[in-house]
Order: sequence, then structure tokens, then C-alpha cells
Amino acid sequence: MPTSALDREHDVRRILAQYKDRPGPLLEVLHAVQGAFGFIPPEVIGPIAEGLNLSRAEVHGVVTFYHYFRSTPPGRHVLKLCRAESCQAMGADALAAHAEARLGVSLHGSTPDGRFSLEPVYCLGLCACSPAVLLDGEPHGRVTPQRLDALLAQADSGAGGDE
Amino acid sequence: MTTIYVPGDSGARALGAEAVCGAIGREAAARHLDLTVVRNGSRGAYWLEPLVEVEGPHGRLAYGPVRAADVPGLFAAGWLEGGAHRLALGAFESLPWFCGQQRLTFQRVGRTDPCSVADYGANGGYAGLRRALSMDPADIVEQITRSGLRGRGGAAFPTGIKWKTVLGQPPGQKYITCNADEGDSGTFSDRMLMEGDPLSLIEGMSIAGIAVGATQGYIYLRAEYPHAGRTLNRAIAAAYAGGYLGSDVLGSGRRFELEVRLGAGAYICGEETSMLESLEGRRGEVRVRPPLPAVKGLFGCPTVVNNVITLATVPLILARGAEFYAGFGTGKSRGTLPLQLAGNIKRGGLIERAFGLTLRELLYEYGGGSASGRPIRAVQIGGPLGAYVPAAQFDLPIDYEALAASGAMLGHGGIVAFDDTVDMARMARYAMHFCAVESCGKCTPCRIGSTRGVELLDRILAGRGGEHALERLEELCELMLQGSLCGLGGMTPFPVQSALKHFRDDFSAHAQH
Repeated sequence: MPTSALDREHDVRRILAQYKDRPGPLLEVLHAVQGAFGFIPPEVIGPIAEGLNLSRAEVHGVVTFYHYFRSTPPGRHVLKLCRAESCQAMGADALAAHAEARLGVSLHGSTPDGRFSLEPVYCLGLCACSPAVLLDGEPHGRVTPQRLDALLAQADSGAGGDE
Repeated sequence: MTTIYVPGDSGARALGAEAVCGAIGREAAARHLDLTVVRNGSRGAYWLEPLVEVEGPHGRLAYGPVRAADVPGLFAAGWLEGGAHRLALGAFESLPWFCGQQRLTFQRVGRTDPCSVADYGANGGYAGLRRALSMDPADIVEQITRSGLRGRGGAAFPTGIKWKTVLGQPPGQKYITCNADEGDSGTFSDRMLMEGDPLSLIEGMSIAGIAVGATQGYIYLRAEYPHAGRTLNRAIAAAYAGGYLGSDVLGSGRRFELEVRLGAGAYICGEETSMLESLEGRRGEVRVRPPLPAVKGLFGCPTVVNNVITLATVPLILARGAEFYAGFGTGKSRGTLPLQLAGNIKRGGLIERAFGLTLRELLYEYGGGSASGRPIRAVQIGGPLGAYVPAAQFDLPIDYEALAASGAMLGHGGIVAFDDTVDMARMARYAMHFCAVESCGKCTPCRIGSTRGVELLDRILAGRGGEHALERLEELCELMLQGSLCGLGGMTPFPVQSALKHFRDDFSAHAQH
């Protein structure tokens, strides 16, 4: 989502005003920022630190500690593949290899055209229908390579829905 | 009036429930039918999801697994009037898989409308809170202690003793925190409960607050559960609107406020002190204990930290009495446990039973054996830090003490099955890899030890481990076990050691290539 620096500054000020008086607000602020921009732009670290009376190092330390927060923009579609044991028992390794080959990127990467980001995730709580993935926030279970291809094609063509 | 239940549970959604719901809406509109659709939780029978139930004059009948394409045919077969269809299962509660279960904590999950305070109250909800409001705080704590309830997050610490410590702290700001950072692979009972009966968790937290004198609660929810977050927030809003939360709980003059805080994808934040750091808005690095959170927890105040299932069981104990709950189970493992069956299994799902069931009964009678049809070679119990149990030990009873005595641990009750194609040396590598990815970095045995473990196992897997590689791996496990600050580094050796103990051939097999 293209956003001008001025818009971003305005949004960050609004988010800080909303959360800064709550107890322990930094994670809440970062969630709101990532919700608004899709990632945590490095240039907002300073204003967040200032607004919450923290050091830039503290804010940077929190952003980089948590896997969920990202410092670069995600692709248009985000595919999260579960890599944990239950999904491994049902072929998650082969599914991940298939996804990497099909999209031409490794886990943690985005396609050069910005269409897809591929991310590992450690358990989605869908272990009774392994292997599981989350595509643009929507859960899918018992995903075969063929089914994954269909889901990716569907996302790419802009069609929503399932089945 | 006919009511159709289409689970809104994420597991059902992952298998196409949204499309089924849409198809039912379209078909009903085309037929000019006036139906009530309830998005219930899941019954926990995931091989039958999406499981649709139709309730009318003929009772409540189940159909599943339903695909969107089946919907017109179901209407044509007269499913609203109990018509015959190849997907018809009859009354769900009569299925053998279900009727042998002892659903206490999950009594309403899959049956009721999750965020409806009225439906909750009509099905036994809020009886516990009403009773607690009429009791002395020390008596509430005493009920919990006598029930034998132990922490269901994995550590199995007696809940009543934890509450007693918080109650015994000087009056002032105290907190109730719910650890909903359910990160163990193979576990999903917290998610199912939060999506299927969130009001029982909310009620349990309110009772805890009244018992120990806390006025503020936080649910620390993992970011991987966005749908559970939406459901919880809707349920909390409904509880506030109904006067069950807020400055005057049920007109008692007692205050209890509750909000959901989101984690951000760090497994370590399921460790209680790390969770408190995260709730305070910091890196989720573990704290050195003592002081215990019950004495000095969130923002330095006395804090109850309990798991979702623990807290959601509290209302039932208050409503039915400590003796009722303690009447289930065996030895020091009292009550029931919602077990979660996952991985390579034909009928995966949630089975709530009193402690004492054997692994074999669970895997074969409930689970139906492996999904692949091959023999089950091993199960991992209790998440990524849990031991691998070989098939030779499947007659072990599922209770805290029996599993601990055999070197395993029950943890949060998740059981992941693997068939005979599994390479246990690779699973051992994964355990070390997971620890390296998720280590908070505060202590060296975990931070460096896990990376050394991956390197060592990579050499073993490549057949370049050398003569003493397995001994070095064993030494490393011992060091991590003894020297780590918390359970992540301290328990990562369990899956590795159990793989070495029971499946040593898998490690030496790589050396021969």
C-alpha cells in the first residue's frame, strides 16, 4: 500500500495518541502500525520511541525480537506455511519445497514482482487437519501441493472464497 | 423454526465451512426458507468437518463432512425434516466417538452460540460466578484446591495453591492473566475453547479475580489465532453489555475488567515470566525466579497466570462443587483432560476424558490408527519440548505421574502421531532447530547450545559425525537440561534424548551412507 511519509507520520501520531496512556503499550502500538502499513517502517521507530518515552534501541529490540513484526513490506499475498511437528508428520516439508519451487523464493522471501511472500509459522492450531497454511489470513487444512497451486492461482486472480 | 449450526471454528473454516455457510444461505434464499444459522464451535471431530447440524422438531441431526457442492442435494433430500442422505450421521451425541467422552470443560463447545450470553446462561453458564459472589474469597480458593485442578498449560502446578499465594499478598493492585499463547504443535484445545465457548474463560477469569482480589484481567493471545481474537472480543463485549464484566459484576459491587492483548509470534512467550514481559510491552525474555509471579508478576504486582483450559474449568468446579470434579481421574491427576490428537492420524480431534485412558485406546479407538494406513511408530506428547514415545509404550496410562515416570510428559495434552516413515534423527534435529529459532537469547545453554545441536545433528545426518558424535550430542543435552534458565532450553533435550534412547538406529543409519 503506497503511503506518503506525511500520511505515515499522521497515522503514527494518531496510533500513539490512542495507546500511549495504556499500561505497557509498545506491542499494541506496533500491532496497530503493522495493521496500518503492513510492516513497521524503520523511519517510524524514532517517533514511536519519542512518543512512548523509550529509547530507539528499546523499540528496535522489541520489533526484531518478535517473528510477527516485519521491517520490510510484505508481498500482495502472504502465504504462511506451518513447519511444526504435526504438519511435518503429514508432509509439510514436501509442501514447503513445492511452494518454494512454484513461487521461486525461499521461506522468509518475497517474489521479485511483489505478488507473494512466503513465511514459516510454527503451529496454527489446525493440527487435526495437517498440513495447514494461512493464506492472507484465511486458514486452509489438509493442503496437498495441487490444492496449494489452486489456492495460489485463486489468490493471484483476485478471486476470493474457497472450494 | 429450524436452526442450522455451521461451525465458525478455524479448523472447520480451514476445511471449507465458509463456503458451506454461503451455499446454505443461497439455497435457503432460493427456496424462500427462513432459517436461523448459528456459527457454533467445533465438536472436535475434525475428520467430519465441516460438520453441519440441523435442529428442528425431529431433534438435532448431524451431517458431515459437508462440502459446498453437497448443499443443494442436502436440501433436496429434505435434511430440514431429517431426510436420509449419505452424509447423515444421526444425532452427534449418540456417535460412539462422542458418547464415551466426559466433556466437562468442553461441555458447551460445539453445542451453543459462542458469544450469546443468553445461550451460555441457558446451558449452565454463570452458575459458578453467582455462587462465587456469595462466598468468602478463601472458600473459593479452597474449592479450587480441593477439586485437585492442576495447571493445564503443561506445568501441572496445583491451581488452588497458586491462587492462595496471590490471595495472601497485601491488598492492592493484583492481576489475573490468561496464558493463551498455545504454541505447542499438536495442541488446539485453547483455540477451540476460545472460539467455541469464550464466555466460560471470561467467567473463570472473573471468578479468579473475585477470589484473589484482582480487578483487572488480561488474555495474552498468540497472533497466530486471529479468529479466536475476534471471537473473544465479541464475547467480552457481550459480557460487558450483560453486566457480567465491569465495575459492578452482576450488581455485587465487585469490579472486574478484561481485555485481550496480542502476542507477536514468539513461542517463548508461553513461558509465564516471558509472557509477563511481553504483556508489559518488552522483549519476551524470561525472568529469573524467585520472585514468583504470584508475589511479583505483571507490572511488579501479585499476578495469577493460568492457562485457558485451567481458567475455563473453574466455573464448572464452582457450579458443581470440588467433589464432583475430583470424582473424575486417577491418583494425583484429578478431573478430565481435553486431549488433542493430531499428526498422522485418521480421526484427529479433541477428546475430553478423565485421566487414566491409555495411549493405545486414544490412538486406535478414538484415532482409528494412522491416516496413511501404516503402523504408528512414535508419538510426541506435550509439544516440541515433549519426549517421543515408541509404540512399545502405548499401554501407558495418560496421567501426569505415569508419563513422568516413563520419562515423558503430558504437557498441554497434545499428541502427535508419526507413521513408520519418520526419521527420528531428523525430528531430533528439528527439536534443536526450533529451540534455536525460538530461544530468547538470555541464557547461553539455550542460545548457543541449540545452534551447536543443529550443527552436530547436521553432521550426523550427513554421515560425517565421526565416532563420538552421539556421545557429544548426549553431553550437550545434559548441559542444556541442567544449565538453562527456563523450560525452552531445559526441555529441548527431551525429544532429542528420547529419540536417541528409543530410535538409536535412525542416527547410525546415516553414518553408513
